[in-house]
Amino acid sequence: MKESLTICIGGEAGMGLESSGAGFAKALTRGGLYVFGLPDYHSRIRGGHNFFSVRIAHHPLYSHAEPVHILLALDVETVRRHIGSVVPGGAVVYDAKDELPEELHRPGVNFCPIPLSALAEERGGRAVMRNTLAFALAAGLIGFDPAYIESVVRDNFARKGEAVVDANLRVVEAGVQAGCAFQTDFPFRMEAVPEAPRRLLLNGNDAFAMGALAGGCRFVAAYPMTPGSPVLQWFAARAGEYGAVTKHAEDEIAAVNMAIGAAYVGARALVPTSGGGFSLMVEALGLAGMTEVPVVIYEAQRPGPSTGLPTRTEQGDLLFVTYASQGEFPRFVLAPGTVEESFRIGWQAFNLAERYQTPAIVLSDHYLAVAYRTIEADALNFDEVTIDRGSLMGREELDALQEPYRRFRVTETGVSPRAVPGHPNAVWSTTSDEHDEYGAINEEADNRNAQVEKRLRKLEGMAREVPGPSWYGPEEAEVTLLCWGSSYGPVREAVDRLNGERTGRANMLHFSALYPLPLEATKAALGRTKRTVVVEGNATGQFETLLRAYTGWSPDGAVHRYDGRAFTPEYILRRLPFAV
Amino acid sequence: MLTRKDFAGRERPTWCTGCGNFGILNAITLALVERQIAPHEIAIITGIGCGSKLPHYMKVNGFHTLHGRPLAVATGARLANHGLRVMVVHGDGDGYGEGLSHFLHTARRNLNIVDLVQDNRVYGLTRGQYSPTSESGKRTPTSPEGSIDRPVNPLALAISAGATFVARGYSGELQHLAWLIGEALDHPGYALLDVLQPCVTFNRSYAYEYYNERVYKLEEEPGYDPADRTAAWEKAWEWGERIPIGIFYRGEPIPTYEEQVPALRAGPLVERPLERLRAEQVESLLAEIA
Repeated sequence: MKESLTICIGGEAGMGLESSGAGFAKALTRGGLYVFGLPDYHSRIRGGHNFFSVRIAHHPLYSHAEPVHILLALDVETVRRHIGSVVPGGAVVYDAKDELPEELHRPGVNFCPIPLSALAEERGGRAVMRNTLAFALAAGLIGFDPAYIESVVRDNFARKGEAVVDANLRVVEAGVQAGCAFQTDFPFRMEAVPEAPRRLLLNGNDAFAMGALAGGCRFVAAYPMTPGSPVLQWFAARAGEYGAVTKHAEDEIAAVNMAIGAAYVGARALVPTSGGGFSLMVEALGLAGMTEVPVVIYEAQRPGPSTGLPTRTEQGDLLFVTYASQGEFPRFVLAPGTVEESFRIGWQAFNLAERYQTPAIVLSDHYLAVAYRTIEADALNFDEVTIDRGSLMGREELDALQEPYRRFRVTETGVSPRAVPGHPNAVWSTTSDEHDEYGAINEEADNRNAQVEKRLRKLEGMAREVPGPSWYGPEEAEVTLLCWGSSYGPVREAVDRLNGERTGRANMLHFSALYPLPLEATKAALGRTKRTVVVEGNATGQFETLLRAYTGWSPDGAVHRYDGRAFTPEYILRRLPFAV
Repeated sequence: MLTRKDFAGRERPTWCTGCGNFGILNAITLALVERQIAPHEIAIITGIGCGSKLPHYMKVNGFHTLHGRPLAVATGARLANHGLRVMVVHGDGDGYGEGLSHFLHTARRNLNIVDLVQDNRVYGLTRGQYSPTSESGKRTPTSPEGSIDRPVNPLALAISAGATFVARGYSGELQHLAWLIGEALDHPGYALLDVLQPCVTFNRSYAYEYYNERVYKLEEEPGYDPADRTAAWEKAWEWGERIPIGIFYRGEPIPTYEEQVPALRAGPLVERPLERLRAEQVESLLAEIA
């Protein structure tokens, strides 16, 4: 297995772990390293125990991992919770002012008492700079060139003035010096690669938002809810520059109905939310299905039911979003597996929604939404972005329209030529009631059948349109791990580790198009498996249920996780022997 | 020159003979003809209820949405195309029950929307249950002993929420109602128009005779100044032997929400071509994360 190491900083909420962790991850990326950064926090503003783990390597990383090489403990609680994960030879850096109880000491682990707060205050003037000090110290320990940290400090603090920049730079220097003092006893190194090309560091929320913007999304309405709200904030911060409208609505019901109103008049509209917010949107989802209004809903899952674990992760909403609403109508459910795919689905979802004139749900989760990953600069492929509005009628087409406009014309594909309000030749009413081709309320049985069948006929085209499952690993493998959405990374690494022991042990079949399932490609892929294990982040095997329902196929085993934590490669490998 | 014929719909209304909705439909048509607003220049966005079927009985862009939600849909429509006039038409259950929160928020935001509420003080389509504007003690299938709730006061709520145009019409006063709709259309910003609307089937205690005997026009009331918000709020509570109709409050126009959105200064969102990001835009996005 290729080398990687994990630096974990822990402390209380309010200590600024996430922002300093993200800054450190950026410095490492600039220094030519690959990073996987995962914030772990509680639903509270102060207190408790939060941590941010930064895994680094000289090769691309797709997942975090459990072993910790450097533990930066801003309080004793951090040592208590994480000492079990620190590898032999690893280091525990803690504030010299803290009394570390004897039972927390471990043989073979370097304990480094450093006056983190005192030193930060002495050099920088503020004790809160201890995060920066601790990360710089870690850089010193692993032999990482601090110049990259300094460059991020300069960028991040430039707007606060030179004095703040200088204070932070002094803190970085002090940290690096302290780290170097312990370097000889520390066996792990991860030096910068100065000649590395420019790379990017981002999380799934950023990637999705960027993809949506590139795909022409210009209207975003939402009500804040972890972990979806950063998408609204991302757009709000850039709204003026890109000519987008964002609306922080009074509730999720308003948000989704606003998006439907915007899409009805022709905008590409998005609603980011989480499962609780989506629950409130269900009636409007049906409205979009009935009136054939293309709207994109981004649902970043967290564990439910109800408030559940607000700042944690789960893949527990799949069947809910797939079947939510009374009645039957087509919808897309797309679950990106990586940040690259979050970007791609970000723009594709708008094309799919508009071409099929029906809602598209993008199903992410807390893990994918907030975990930072280093990717190659060209991994976000803006060149392949297209804006395809399907059968949206242009001005000339509307000018030439002779007969009364039929918004819901029954067609072979189920898709009707779509006008938006504003042209004298296409003035019509649309309704959440069942309606005829013109949009007039109609309760006749024949019309009902014609309209239900018209809408559902879209599913045939939709299933052909969405991508089939993707393979990773050797073609012939003893066991195939099936997964969907954000489990991609941890499963991929589990597969690598299995094949590292003996090649041909495992491969992965990953699904990002979940509804409608690309049936032909799915059946063909399943036909190429030997033993199969479904790995998914829920308790009841929701994806497995979908697969069974639509393909009649049964797996040999399953690995589930529903404790609110993301899969790790280690978790999967521990459970795998018991799964089959 | 637009005439009433230009607004004639293909469908016949499903309303009961004598329903107040006929008057509202006619008054809307009269106002649009009078203001020369063509069917394609306006969207009438409605909720769910007897009266919310109104756009089906006209020729106009209509979106018959969900119960309680038309103001949210209208907000999105206005933000994405502020070149399109938007009128919301819905009942008292829709606007003051299921959609009460959207009512207050839309009013305080001051989107340029005419919000016409067909206030018959009862649920018609679900057959006669008491509504948010029903008087206390009303006996209905869901309040057989008489309702305990005190009624919502929509005019006072709108004034409190910061609405700058608050009016009440009566479907039995067609020309007056058409005039009010025209004034509401002219008003830059959110305009509440609560319309007393007899339900001849489920609420016979508020029939035409009841209102005809009691309504009086505020503009004919000596000394009433609709620019005085405190007086308007006081007037909003008058209900009994005399029931005021007309413009309760018309404040100095304040900037609409749409006017204040930076992205909309260059024109309606939907009129801008959707194009791929330019190379320098891509580079600026990537620079943030490099």
